[in-house]
Amino acid sequence: MTTSDLTLPQARPKKTRSRRVMGAGKQLHAGPVTYIVLGIFALVSLAPLVWTAIAASRTDRRLAQTPPPLWFGGNLFKNMQAAWDQAGLGTAMLNSVIVAGTITVSTVVFSTLAGFAFAKLRFKFSGVLLLLTIGTMMIPPQLAVVPLYLWMSNLGWSNQLQTVILPTLVTAFGTFFMRQYLVQALPSELIEAARVDGASSLRVVWHVVFPAARPAMAVLGLLTFVFAWNDFLWPIIALTQQNPTVQVALNSLGTGYVPDQAVIMAGALLGTLPLLIAFLLFGKQIVGGIMAGAIKG
Amino acid sequence: MKASPYAFIAPFFIIFGAFSLVPLLYTAWYSLHNVQLSSLDTQTWAGLDNYKNLLSSDFFWNALKNTFTIGLISTVPQLMAAIGLAHLLNYRLRGSTVWRVVMLTPYATSVAAATLVFTLLYSWDGGMINWLLHFVGIDPINWRESDWGSQFAVSSIVIWRWTGYNALIYLAAMQAIPTDLYESAAIDGANRWEQFRHVTIPQLRPTILFTVVVSTIGATQLFGEPLLFGGVSGSKGGSEHQYQTLGLYMYDQGWIIGNLGKASAIAWSMFLILMIIAVINLLFTRRLRKSQ
Repeated sequence: MTTSDLTLPQARPKKTRSRRVMGAGKQLHAGPVTYIVLGIFALVSLAPLVWTAIAASRTDRRLAQTPPPLWFGGNLFKNMQAAWDQAGLGTAMLNSVIVAGTITVSTVVFSTLAGFAFAKLRFKFSGVLLLLTIGTMMIPPQLAVVPLYLWMSNLGWSNQLQTVILPTLVTAFGTFFMRQYLVQALPSELIEAARVDGASSLRVVWHVVFPAARPAMAVLGLLTFVFAWNDFLWPIIALTQQNPTVQVALNSLGTGYVPDQAVIMAGALLGTLPLLIAFLLFGKQIVGGIMAGAIKG
Repeated sequence: MKASPYAFIAPFFIIFGAFSLVPLLYTAWYSLHNVQLSSLDTQTWAGLDNYKNLLSSDFFWNALKNTFTIGLISTVPQLMAAIGLAHLLNYRLRGSTVWRVVMLTPYATSVAAATLVFTLLYSWDGGMINWLLHFVGIDPINWRESDWGSQFAVSSIVIWRWTGYNALIYLAAMQAIPTDLYESAAIDGANRWEQFRHVTIPQLRPTILFTVVVSTIGATQLFGEPLLFGGVSGSKGGSEHQYQTLGLYMYDQGWIIGNLGKASAIAWSMFLILMIIAVINLLFTRRLRKSQ
């Protein structure tokens, strides 16, 4: 489940490989062709982001000319300033930190509790309830937005952050993710021992479950933050440019709120920057988390 | 201690009930009513009118067709590229973690940010893509107005954002394939391509099915990319509605035109389509299991 477990098959000592095994794809050393093709994939992955920064450092007029700019200009900070002020990205970033931060903490805690129950506790209907949990991942968000919008209007909650926080306080994905981890990572004897010692349920959770779950909680936290930061449909319905999240502000930019393309690119760059930094710092853990979820899923 | 399992799972089911299940049922209820954005408090019974209205609307069928087309041209190449990429990432690489993180960076980019950038890259005048195409002798393409061009452009955003993510999922599955399967294939004289076809692909089958299902669910609700690709009048999905998807059509009917009853009917149509796909998938999986 952890990244080190996942890379284990690759890390086997070379001596154990016979010549025949060389035919196995996973143990072959990559040749130059592999590196070239991977390089092309990497270029396609990164070029649009690099070009966003280039475009954000130019002027609107320059961006309408052929050939398009291929190197940085001198307007990056001016455009970022404009995006910050005109498109409300300052407020938007703060709001997104509040929204994504709250959702992340809450999802991680509640998913761990539910995941623990499904993984280690015996109770009636647990199998059916787990299936139901997985099944809910199939429901598109479109099925909920009309009533949510009506209730929100009745409550006078338009433009308030709790409308986008409350619906995602805990997710089916998180619950399932934690369940899959805890099934293996948490020895049942440990819970039994704690119970024999007379520990209450909450004490078991605090002193046994949370410590065992910590690596997976960190990964789930990262994945949830990315998801919450980038969530789009419900936020653009529930919020307006008066009190936007980052995605709402970017939506306003895209629909003509500020017509300057260089400023729009500066906004796109600013709105993505926090996640790019997170990927730079925790990329390995995020990759490990996605791969771990895949194996068991 | 007996009650605690239920206490632990309660938060999830309360949140799911309040913000997904109850709204889902209410959406069905509203789809049978006339609900206007301008007068939210007056809701009159409409029977199946909203659905009849949809079935006789060219825009609905157009949106359904576009959702299907864009879903197909965004999912199939994406998953094929992801398998190829996963195969490459599965080699012994220098800096294997760096390669994986690089392939995943598009996933860090939100739908909105990615679409804003791609819209500029695809612009007719001075856009990067048309400029690059002129080197191979292709005349500028009007990516926003042309039928297939705009659908291709919207699909390419989806492909860019998700290929790396799916590659990691395939990579995880590839690493779980037992080595002796390759060994015995090699003994039988299978070359690398034959090993890929006859060992890797069959072993990946459950994972491929899983990614197809997830991608299909994603494609059915495609919304942000076409909305922002269209710019100021994005909810129409282009001047001829050429890339208006079901998700976009719902948003347009509900919040631009202001007919929330009809929007609810569109939402439920999406749900029904997904359930049909789920049943087909279930039958397909059963047949697959039997044949093995």
